[in-house]
This record gives sequence, structure tokens and C-alpha cells, in this order.
Amino acid sequence: MNRRRFFGFLQKEFRHIFRDRRTMLILFGMPIVQILLFGFAITNEIKNVNVAVLDMAHDDVSRDITNRILSSEYFHLYQNLHSEKEIEAAFKSGKVKEVIVFENNLAKNIYSKNIGNIQLIGDATDPNTANTIVAYTRAILLNYQQELNKGSKPPAIIQTEVRMWFNEELKGVYLFVPGVMTIIMMLVSAMMTSISLAREKETGTLEALMVSPLKSWQVILGKVIPYLVLSFSITLLTLGLSMFVFHVPIRGNIFLLLGEVLLFVITALSFGILISSIAPNQMAAMLISMMGLMLPTIILSGYIFPIDNMPVPLQVISNIIPARWFISMLRDIMLKGAGWSVVWKDTCVLAFMAVVFLFLASRRFKMKLR
Amino acid sequence: MKLTGENIIEVENLVKRFGSFTAVDNISFQVRKGEVFGFLGANGAGKTTAIKMLIGLWSPTSGKANVAGFNLFTEAEQIRKNIGYMAQRFSLYEDLTVIENIQFYGGIYGLRKNILKERAEELISELGMESFRKELIKNIPLGWKQKLALSVAMIHKPKIVFLDEPTSGVDPITRRQFWDLIYNAAEKGTTVFVTTHYMDESEYCDRVSIMVDGRIEALDTPVQLKKQFNAESMDEVFLKLARPTEVSSKQ
Repeated sequence: MNRRRFFGFLQKEFRHIFRDRRTMLILFGMPIVQILLFGFAITNEIKNVNVAVLDMAHDDVSRDITNRILSSEYFHLYQNLHSEKEIEAAFKSGKVKEVIVFENNLAKNIYSKNIGNIQLIGDATDPNTANTIVAYTRAILLNYQQELNKGSKPPAIIQTEVRMWFNEELKGVYLFVPGVMTIIMMLVSAMMTSISLAREKETGTLEALMVSPLKSWQVILGKVIPYLVLSFSITLLTLGLSMFVFHVPIRGNIFLLLGEVLLFVITALSFGILISSIAPNQMAAMLISMMGLMLPTIILSGYIFPIDNMPVPLQVISNIIPARWFISMLRDIMLKGAGWSVVWKDTCVLAFMAVVFLFLASRRFKMKLR
Repeated sequence: MKLTGENIIEVENLVKRFGSFTAVDNISFQVRKGEVFGFLGANGAGKTTAIKMLIGLWSPTSGKANVAGFNLFTEAEQIRKNIGYMAQRFSLYEDLTVIENIQFYGGIYGLRKNILKERAEELISELGMESFRKELIKNIPLGWKQKLALSVAMIHKPKIVFLDEPTSGVDPITRRQFWDLIYNAAEKGTTVFVTTHYMDESEYCDRVSIMVDGRIEALDTPVQLKKQFNAESMDEVFLKLARPTEVSSKQ
């Protein structure tokens, strides 16, 4: 009998969701549009990038490569450098986005030792751009290497050493995918849940539910499960899209990833319940979720602005933003292929937050009713 | 009117305080099985607080109460299964259809599918709402919503139905129809506990209690009350009780 009650409640909740077509469209459309926008914005950015060349070889190979790089439409020679000391100044001028360094005796090394070294230094204050620029340069170098090896045996190798200045680990690269996922999950789990609960409060139906034989945990669970399902499917959609359209890698264990997603959704859901227990109506619930949740998440989680570049006080504040831990985990698992041994700390922090929010939410919720 | 004399609600010295404010101040009364019991009072007199305690939404500060044969403090769960409740803002979901609302409330009260289906059809034809069946609640007229809300509140055939100002904001004709529904329910043996601030409605009740500042100042049949206060209408009774000085100064 109890189960029947509960399933009736679930059914009704799904009806609310699917009947509101506009919201559904926004929820599913937004990640798609964002991913597409971000994805294409990044690939289209590169054109006439200013580079500086530090040519310590001054031989035909270094000249050949320089010409080849500059003759592509992507690069433009901004200046020739004469010593390593000038590199930093070149970057700091803000004009140069990449410095290409040819080692001493490049041609000689290639012909005798079959190996030559070229260093590519990117300005990683804008990590996405830096990464793309370096990738383009390497493609040109690879091309050159293939042509070089057409007749000769054994094959020569041009080794590239990539350095990213100012932001060695390239934080922020591909962050848009974890970021978009996080924002959507926050939106669906926290905001939608809080609005939907606040709506029941506003229209008085919550009171009717409380007078019914349904237990309050059943009401909460019934509210939460549909949004859990919804945000999980949107997450899968986002992941699929970024994998198949933009080849964002998932190097780590997919089940670990989904487990973390679940944990984050639960955190966000309990936050949503907490908000709805504070907010008197839908409007307030929306405002609180917007100001208290979405904005800090967008600004302080490392989604758009790298945390390491923030002033120290903001870095400290960012510690209490659940999304910060979640995004860092996503990045570790997806991009670095990290396993449990790496993410367990972040997981603990997030789990702790989930427990605290759940506790506060259920206490406030009960208090409201008494 | 079948009054068996058996009490279905028994309240003794019930108190509800919010901080230093006493919303319900030591009230005691009984409601007999099958009667239409009017619970009157001005806004802020404590009606809603009292009703919310009786349906188990708010816990009383002190006192004793039995509802539908169960102890309010220890058997709230049993009480919930045996009562129906309709609030001022009748609790229907605007974005669900008539039939979906009926199904939902039937479902959370644990009705079996086949019984629920039968009951839903019965309810719709009784109300004459066949043409609205698949209409969203937000698209049907207020009067219909209200009648539907009452029927939905009684879908599980409760022993008592609590109505908290069910007729506020509707036209006199719909109010009349609504009271027909109330009588209908009472005839079938459901006890009706109704709060209102329309004094003409109180004339329709079997017995009426009048609350002033958290206390029950009068409780009897409308006829007896009018006799007791030497008044021509319930309106006058109410005014004499609620604002005794004002009325006497007018006279």
C-alpha cells in the first residue's frame, strides 16, 4: 500500500516535468548550445597568431621550418629573439602568444643523430588558445618531419618539447565540458527542485500532502527522484555530445565518473531542498538559487576563471563551493585519467557537504511543518 | 440528519503558543458524528491554528484531543488516514488534468487501481464534469475547481472532512451549490468541520462555535445562539461577541 502511494506521487512529479515543455526544452537545449558554442569558438579562434622565434641553429632546417610555419595563415612573425632572456619580455608584452626555440646545431643533429629538438612555449594564461596554437605548430612540424623522412633511412625525429608558461598544468583546458555539466546539474538538481517544492508551498498543495498519509521523507524522495533522473540523463547527453562531436577524452573509469556525478547531484538536490525550506515562494526560490548557487558556481568554481589566478580571499571562499571540488574531480578523471587514489579526497569533501546539506535540509523541512 | 450522539472529535484544554503569543487559548469542545460543525471567528481569532492542530500539521503546546477515535499526540498516522482536508487555497495541481488530480490524490491515500477508477468515474458524473475530464485545472472555472477540490478531499471516504474557509472568494450561487455538496456528504455519514466567516453560512450548520481571541466564546445550534444573545441573525450574534462595545454603542 505504501509503495503504491509513493509511485503515484512519482508519476505526478514526472507529469509536472514533462508537461512544462518550455523548461524541458531549455534544460536539454542549453547544454547542447553551450557545448557547441564553446567547442566551435575554441577551434575557430586561431588566425594570424603572433609568434616569436629564437633561432639558435641558424641553419637550413630551422629556416625551412620557420618559413613553413609563417607561410600558414595561422601564424605571423612578431619578432626574432636573440637569447632566452628575451622570451619572458616577449610574452609580457602581451602580443606574443607562442615562442619557438630551435636548438643549437639542429640540422646537424637531425642528419647525424637522427634526432632534433624544438621547444614550443605557449602563453597559457589563456589555456585554451595556448593549447590550440601549440597543437597547430606541432602539426606543421610533424608534416615537415614526414617529408624529411621520405627518402632517408633510418628516419629522423623532430622532438618537440612543449612548455606552457604562467600556467604549467594548463588548467582550464577542456574545463568547459565539466563546467557545463556542473552548471546544468546545479540548475536541474538544486534550482528546479527548490522551485518545484516552493511551488507546492505557494499553492498550498504541500499542506495537502502533509495531511495525507504520505510520510515526509516520501514527499522529499518523490520530489527528488525525478530530478535525479532528469539531471543524470542531461549529464549523459552532455558527455556524449562532447565525446563524439569534440572528442573530449574520458581517460578514467566511466563508472567512477558517473558515481561522482551521482554524489554531486545528491549534494545539489539537498541544497535545493534547503533552499525551498527557506524560500516562501517560487520567485524567492529562484532568486536564492540564482544568487546563492548559480553565480558563485559560475564565478568561483574554476569553470570560467582558473582558481589559481584568483586573489587569495576568493581562493579561500571557493573551498565552500561544492562545484569547485566536483569540477576538479571531473577534470582529473576525464582528462588525466585519475583513479580513486587521486579523487578520494575531493570525494570525501563533497560527501561531507552532501551529508551536512541533507541534515540541514531535513531538519529545516521538519521544523517548517511543526 | 442522523446524530448518534457519539463524539468523533473531543478536544480538552487545547493550547497553542507561538513564543509569547497564545493563538489558541485553552479550548474545549466536542463534535458529534455526522454533524456539520461550524467553526466561526474573525480573521486572526485562531481558527486556522486550531484546525491545523486537529489535522496534525502543527503540534499543540498542551492539552488533549481525540480525532476520529485516535489520540492526536500518539496516533497522528491513523488520524491522517481517516480525515480529509481542504484548505482555503484548494489543493489541486493547476498543471494536471481533472482526472490526473483525482488519480493522484486517490493514489496517495492508497486506493487500489480498480477502486480508484470506479470512484473517479462516480465522482466525475456526480459533479457533472464529464466534459472537463481531460482539461487542465487552470483552465476550468473557479466554482468547478472548488467543488472538485471538496470531492477530491473526500475521495478516500474519510470519517471527518475539515474545510478551512472553503467558500471564500466565490459567488453566492456556487456557494449554495457547494453547501449542497456538504449536506450530501453529511447525509452519507461524513462529519463536516467547516470554518467560515460568512455568517449566513453558519445558519446551515448543525452546531456553531464562535472563537474570539483564541477562545471559544459560544457553542450551540444557530437557533439557540440567536435566542441566547437575543439576536435576529447569526451576524448579530457574531458582532455582539466579537465587538461587544461597538455594537452596544451603536444601540
